[in-house]
Amino acid sequence: MAYSDKVIDHYNNPRNVGSMPKDDPKVGTGMVGAPECGDVMRLQIRVNPETQVIEDAKFKTFGCGSAIASSSLATEWVKGRTVEDALHIKNTDIVRELSLPPVKIHCSVLAEDAIKAAIGDWKRKQGADEAQASAATASAKE
Amino acid sequence: MAPKLPIYMDNHATTPVDPRVVEAMLPFFTERFGNAASRNHSFGWTAEEAVENARAQIARLINATPKEIIFTSGATESDNLAIKGVAEMYREKGNHIITQATEHKAVLDTCKRLEKYGFEVTYLPVERDGRVNLEDLERAITPKTILITIMYANNEIGVIQPVAEIGKIAQKHGVLFHTDGVQAVGKVPVDVQRDGIHLLSISGHKIYGPKGVGALYVRRKNPRVQVAATIDGGGHERGMRSGTLNVPGIVGLGKACELCQEEMPTESVRMAALRDRLQRAIMGSLDEVYVNGSLDHRLPNNLNISFAYVEGESLLMGINDVAVSSGSACTSATLEPSYVLKALGVGEDLAHTSIRFGLGRFNTEEEVDYVAQRVVETVKRLRELSPLYDLAKEGVDLSKMSWKTD
Ligand SMILES: Cc1ncc(COP(=O)(O)O)c(C=O)c1O
Ligand code: FES
Repeated sequence: MAYSDKVIDHYNNPRNVGSMPKDDPKVGTGMVGAPECGDVMRLQIRVNPETQVIEDAKFKTFGCGSAIASSSLATEWVKGRTVEDALHIKNTDIVRELSLPPVKIHCSVLAEDAIKAAIGDWKRKQGADEAQASAATASAKE
Repeated sequence: MAPKLPIYMDNHATTPVDPRVVEAMLPFFTERFGNAASRNHSFGWTAEEAVENARAQIARLINATPKEIIFTSGATESDNLAIKGVAEMYREKGNHIITQATEHKAVLDTCKRLEKYGFEVTYLPVERDGRVNLEDLERAITPKTILITIMYANNEIGVIQPVAEIGKIAQKHGVLFHTDGVQAVGKVPVDVQRDGIHLLSISGHKIYGPKGVGALYVRRKNPRVQVAATIDGGGHERGMRSGTLNVPGIVGLGKACELCQEEMPTESVRMAALRDRLQRAIMGSLDEVYVNGSLDHRLPNNLNISFAYVEGESLLMGINDVAVSSGSACTSATLEPSYVLKALGVGEDLAHTSIRFGLGRFNTEEEVDYVAQRVVETVKRLRELSPLYDLAKEGVDLSKMSWKTD
């Protein structure tokens, strides 16, 4: 299969590879896929609690070159966005940006799922924090 | 010395045509272009003589007689002709065929089609090392069994089946034995007498001959085997396979067999040495790499390895100046990982990480060293990228994690 230049670039120079402490309350972790399916993505975000802006993102991916490129691109795209804004990233945007062929669309779907899972995890933590916080005092927000 | 790039190490898929084979073929495109079936002039006689010479070269390589060689368009056709031809010819005797799970699709899909026409097919499982269990085989034979079709050596893992033992079982029960010899012929000694083979498929392009030509050995004595034609027409090849003979291709196949026979004693030793060198270099530098299939019963030119936590297609992408292939689903049109590895009981997670190295006549030590080095550095790099490698290092048992698969 011929890869687009952008896929090759992300594969050769993946952006934001790494991990963050998953117990950090500011960190959201999304792990999607399964080893039996040949693809597992882990995407992590660190969110500023004041601004709701994703200040950092990291990924690690087991999967084909297109899966690696999709998750690498996803980390680039979520950084600097608010959590709500990042939820609007669609797999079709990734397909277009990386010129993925039809057989690789599911790799982009996985990246979208990873973003959603990471944000979901972060939100859960905020909920838990808020529950804890409001048990003590009144919640600061809303 | 830096090897010339890209490096071809996918010789189970196809092989380059040996220059000596090309040289033998060339005159048969131009001045010796005759139709081997033309009985009335020297153009025909010259072509026929060349065809008969090739028949003898092929027969010698497998210890058969020239009249037992039928020319085809390749091993896919040979497999079809053997299986469908026996099925039709021996229909009165029975409708049961025995094969096994790791066969090439040319055999499996032929058997599947026959099932639609009322045949019953037993697909034997294989052991963890890729070989069939002979007791299973013998137990599967019924009074209705007419054919056992089990390959000589596998195209993905290079595992060699206990062919001579299968031949004995077939003989004992009066059942015909066909073997797909595509990967074995010319690489290891194949002897239709010693091995008790009744039908044997051969392909030109896996043995440094041209594509689009193959042969089927059909035994003529003890017992005399007959196959019904699948292609009807002018009655060529004693009625078993009609169609004007591909004379240049046949000459090439014959020459390729002759060269394999001459070179096998040294070539097989050289292949095994290169393969072992590759294996040592890779396994000496990486942990959690697993060889798929038996190492004792294996073609000298095959190595099939799973690199845990590194998906195969991403590995291929990292070694893009080396041509090898992967059992990963991501490289296949069906998005299913290799059914051969699955049949061995290799977990799907590891099947996705497998790479097949197929060494050949024109590979060198420098190439092997280069490939090993590229593989090792790419696997290391991709493991740094792999969340599974992280988890494994933390001591998490991946098989016990719950993965959301939807
Ligand atoms: C074991 C085996 N059988 C059959 C075939 C088909 O051979 P051909 O390409 O000559 O049709 C191949 C090659 O892909 C093979 O490896
Ligand atoms: S991860 Fe399998 S095709 Fe991309």
